[in-house]
Amino acid sequence: MTAHKASASHEETTRGSALLTNAVGLHARPSVKLTQLAKTYQAIVSVATEPTGPWIDAKSPVKIMRVKAPKGTTLYFEASGEDAVSAVAALVDLVERRFDEAEEEGHG
Amino acid sequence: MAEIRLSGRPASSGFAEGQLYVLPDKRVSRASTGDPALEAKALRDAITSASEALANMAASADGDAVDILGFQVAMLEDDALSEMAFADIAEGKAADVAWRYSMDQEIETYRSADDEYFRARSADLEDIRDTVLDMLSGGLSFAATPPGAILMARDLQPSRFLGMDWSKGGAILLSEGSPTSHVAMLARARGVPMIVGLGDLPRSIHGIALIDGGAGQAILSPDQQSLDQFIARRAEEDTVSARAAKLLLDDAKTKTGEAVTILINVADPVELDAISPALCDGIGLVRTEFLFNDDKNFPDEDAQYRVYRRLVEWASGRPVTIRTLDAGGDKPIKNLTFDGESNPFLGVRGIRLSLLRPDLFRVQLRALARAASHGPIKVMAPMVTIPSELATVRHMMAEEVDSLKARGVAAALPPIGMMVEVPAAALAMDLFDADFFSIGSNDLTQYVTAAGRDIGAVADLADPKHPAVLRLIAMIAAQGKDMQREVSLCGDAGGDPALIPLLLNAGIRCLSMAPSMVARAKLIISETSLSGDVVTP
Repeated sequence: MTAHKASASHEETTRGSALLTNAVGLHARPSVKLTQLAKTYQAIVSVATEPTGPWIDAKSPVKIMRVKAPKGTTLYFEASGEDAVSAVAALVDLVERRFDEAEEEGHG
Repeated sequence: MAEIRLSGRPASSGFAEGQLYVLPDKRVSRASTGDPALEAKALRDAITSASEALANMAASADGDAVDILGFQVAMLEDDALSEMAFADIAEGKAADVAWRYSMDQEIETYRSADDEYFRARSADLEDIRDTVLDMLSGGLSFAATPPGAILMARDLQPSRFLGMDWSKGGAILLSEGSPTSHVAMLARARGVPMIVGLGDLPRSIHGIALIDGGAGQAILSPDQQSLDQFIARRAEEDTVSARAAKLLLDDAKTKTGEAVTILINVADPVELDAISPALCDGIGLVRTEFLFNDDKNFPDEDAQYRVYRRLVEWASGRPVTIRTLDAGGDKPIKNLTFDGESNPFLGVRGIRLSLLRPDLFRVQLRALARAASHGPIKVMAPMVTIPSELATVRHMMAEEVDSLKARGVAAALPPIGMMVEVPAAALAMDLFDADFFSIGSNDLTQYVTAAGRDIGAVADLADPKHPAVLRLIAMIAAQGKDMQREVSLCGDAGGDPALIPLLLNAGIRCLSMAPSMVARAKLIISETSLSGDVVTP
């Protein structure tokens, strides 16, 4: 799936979504990778497991681990700020690349 | 003291012998300053030192340890983790009390997670909690474990594992824990035998212990006979397993060149995470009873579908034989199987029970049909006695597939086969319209010998090497050949080194066994010649 700009009334928000297909879901190592990537952007980036939220700070591994999202969950991203478009595109890409995890050892 | 034998879930294989060491619980000796500002500073400093210490440990670690410690550092550096503790400190709580309380709340949400992977992360959170508590009371305190010891604990944390000296051997026995925990991964990587889920461990015990990690068995305070047996087995195991390990990923072939199909038995899909599908030709038996452990809520169609689909995905194109619920007999399930039967092994069990509960059975059939649209699933009915039982299963499956498709749900009609474990089915196999057969050697043996394996006084009679059992197996193999149907064998005999040559000579060419038995079985097969003592029906 791709990121696109939603024509929100007050502030421009970029949205995107991707399906979690790696064996262990949004686990220890994937969570760390996701937050580390999010932190490289200035934009405020949020993640949710439903298109309507609740929205979670994508730069907080603690909050992301609390979601305990298993394989098969769709992750929704929302970002606002200067580099929001590239932030969402990069995060969607990371999830679609299965966090570059080797699948045999299905740990997190 | 009499020896104590314990058995649990294997988390890391290997043999160990050593002194028992009970890991003491963490105690913090720290007096509160009584000043919220100072307490907050103490916690902030402790968190900083803890994450520095873990980062240093990560810098000198390798492999998975780097990621595991990196995860802990990332969690510690996130203010969200300590928010609640700092709020409590502001209200007058001591730093260590506030930190422990808030972390325990966080840990509880992991312990009660549905997913075993997330449950296993509770040990990481405990690790984080304790490292900070150590820092609050003056520094890290985990160097005291004697090298080479057999460690007993409720659970073990990755940083503690990494802080210990495993160069002199040793092993880990946990009353809780999980094979998917980070510490189990580390133990496998370092070759430290580990058994989890042992239940209550004796606290006041000392002396030596013998560990067979692969079998999930431990003997505490062993007597001389156990010790001698252990030493002999370990020595044998060392030489044989070195030879067997080389064959793990090879195709199985006898000494005389006949190909043998090797399938694996799966009791819980979690077992598959640590193994590669390349070691087998498919899954010969999935015991679906694990899905029904929660006596209040039997799994719905979606939950079962997800599990079956995961098995198919793991097998990557190899066939996956899933046995429909085989409750009853020695596998009672609360609120499902019949209580008080005078002889449960001759009662309502296996397919007999499923056909009495079509409400539950159809849920399982639908989930299987949906999963079959993702790959080669084969459905196997247990305890089939008369042809009409299998015909009913076939009919119900066809109905469910049609209704799924009518609703636009992806589904496929899987091959329908049966266990051959009731002598009546074994002796009249030609009457059954089955796509494949699989011999359940455990039940077949006890029904043929009229002796229960679970009754100590007659257990020796329930011997699969009894010529009657072997002749019947040879008959089944020959009958399958005549019918041009695949015949496999999925009981314990299939992975038993002493029985494999006999089964091959009886005409069996497809064996299903526990994954841990595969390497050894391939070795035994490679040493078996099929020219001699052939068992004929």
